[in-house]
Amino acid sequence: MDIHEHQAKAILAEFGVPVPKGFVAFSPEQAAHAFRQLGGNNCVVKAQIHSGGRGAAGGVKLCKTEAEVRSFAATLLGKTLVTKQTGAGGKLVERLWVEEATDIAQEIYLGFVLDRKSERIMIVASGHGGMEIEDLAENDPDSLVRMVIDPAAGLVDYQARELAFRLGLKGSQVAQFATTLRACYRAYRDLDAMMVEINPLAITGAGDLVALDAKMSFDTNALYRRPQVEALRDPGQEDPRESSAHDNGLAYVGLEGDIGCIINGAGLAMATMDMIKLAGGEPANFLDIGGGASPARVVTAFRTVLTDPNVSVILVNIFAGINRCDWIAKGVVQAYEEVGLSLPVVVRLSGTNVEEGREIIRTSGLPLISADTLAEAARAAVRARPTPVAAE
Amino acid sequence: MAILITKDTKIIVQGMSGRIGQFHAEEMIDYGSNVVGGVTPGKGGETLLGRPLFNTVRDAVEATGADASLLFVPPAFAADAMMEAADAGIKTAVCVTDGLPAQDMMKVKRFLKRYPREKKMRLIGPNCAGIISPGIGFMGIMPPHIYKAGRVGIVGRSGTLGYEAASQMSALGIGVSSSIGIGGDPINGSSFKDILELFENDPETDAVIMIGEIGGPQEAEAAGFVRDHMSKPVAAYVAGLSAPKGRKMGHAGAIISAFGESAQEKVEILQDAGIMVAPNPSSMGETVARMLGMKVAA
Repeated sequence: MDIHEHQAKAILAEFGVPVPKGFVAFSPEQAAHAFRQLGGNNCVVKAQIHSGGRGAAGGVKLCKTEAEVRSFAATLLGKTLVTKQTGAGGKLVERLWVEEATDIAQEIYLGFVLDRKSERIMIVASGHGGMEIEDLAENDPDSLVRMVIDPAAGLVDYQARELAFRLGLKGSQVAQFATTLRACYRAYRDLDAMMVEINPLAITGAGDLVALDAKMSFDTNALYRRPQVEALRDPGQEDPRESSAHDNGLAYVGLEGDIGCIINGAGLAMATMDMIKLAGGEPANFLDIGGGASPARVVTAFRTVLTDPNVSVILVNIFAGINRCDWIAKGVVQAYEEVGLSLPVVVRLSGTNVEEGREIIRTSGLPLISADTLAEAARAAVRARPTPVAAE
Repeated sequence: MAILITKDTKIIVQGMSGRIGQFHAEEMIDYGSNVVGGVTPGKGGETLLGRPLFNTVRDAVEATGADASLLFVPPAFAADAMMEAADAGIKTAVCVTDGLPAQDMMKVKRFLKRYPREKKMRLIGPNCAGIISPGIGFMGIMPPHIYKAGRVGIVGRSGTLGYEAASQMSALGIGVSSSIGIGGDPINGSSFKDILELFENDPETDAVIMIGEIGGPQEAEAAGFVRDHMSKPVAAYVAGLSAPKGRKMGHAGAIISAFGESAQEKVEILQDAGIMVAPNPSSMGETVARMLGMKVAA
């Protein structure tokens, strides 16, 4: 789960990371008020969306006057910002962060991630911050310093010093950097984060450290014990289809194609998408219906897939272990009745109670297309698409 | 003798009295798996499915001599249950539970390191389908009848994709020595490499198919192990060639976030290590057949 920059800054500040003073604004009027609160000096107005690359997309501006703040806020609010990371759909800007401008002498990249190799929290840092980590990894890999934290001891002081010196920090910056590292580590550990990123961590003209941007992402599996994190969720930044699917026990990811997929198991779902592509089609979505799916959950899966207007055929592929093919088949029949389906549906059932399931499909009297194998199912789905208008 | 589950394995089920635990314990017993008891705190002394229930794993081990445990414990309590099993002397634990916090798994892995090699518990999962040695027994949630007994090992992250491979192999008359689902989480108890090592040392396994997916470094690590340490042939398939970068595809661990984590990159790494990679998920069985044929010819 992602949160906004201003929320991440508030959390990190609480743990001891120095951040610039600033205010959230939901309207141009509030933005202007924030500008006055900051003393009427230069300030930075930043679009708050759950995505990086905001600067390059025109979502960040240094403003010198109240009028400038007001007009920039008016342009941004309500606008959909498309960045390198949002995808073509972009993200809606509903709030801004207005903060005092900082005089920057140097930019540091600082990230905390779960390193899947060591299975520990790892620090990634670079003395050449400001650009995205992907670009750093590609263009300036030698500048990256990695350090793994032993969970038994936590982040140890010598590691913080070593890292500071390797980044070329001097004097009081070393202690300030160590404080920031410890704060980020504690925030990561105590709030079940999956990622903490400060980019840039700026060294000011006066030689002090300050976090100019902050990003945090959290382990959704741990939200049950982090209500204070869950409270920061902004549904406006999430794909409504994905959130509603999630609330119904389905894992759903919207994609660009037209073949709607209803599958059990994440691996089989990915494999089915691969198979559709190979057969010459494009999947409209990833959908894992999960284990022990009731007919009602199958109906919900149909409803979820059908919220995507691009879907022209639905492929149901179930290899039941913890599931039951007869329940799935009942769900398909029920979906036809309840949702008023008019699209072609391909059904492939295998595993637990397969004979009962196939019998329900066979005797349903519905125009369902049965397939015995994964390959057949994918090909049948591609064939069942309405003939596209010839595009020369 | 297969791996992890043999005729001598004595299995307990942690969380057996729950709805899901009971259902699957019954399936396991019907298949002939040697289930000797269950653990549900507070229900010690009761009987379920003709097996005794215990309050603690230690009680169960002392009374039954159990050396394996299958966990159907809710995510918030699963880490604790795994550590309890390890401390009670269980040798192989399988955790089916999906939804464990990553930091809980960090803690569990650290806890397991406290034990010397001969006392250390092998953990499979979490978020996995479990393990089956066809004809002998299983611990997990798979449909056991799709597996034909034989001499090819299966190891995969995804449960259902493992079923798919087994049924394609069955259709071609190829049987399975053991099939292990290692689970879809970013931190899991056993890696591909750990399981490949067991198959390499198992006299009843001739070849292995490994079923990977996007995300994480384990397929690459396994490729290195196959190249440097395995004499048995290995085939593979990697799911997610059409998965977009940076999106979590169902499994908590199925997300392309670093270099070398996409399906295409993994396929190349595996092929470089001499592993025969199935070009699509419908040809897993065929690829195993070709691999076995090549071996016969050689």
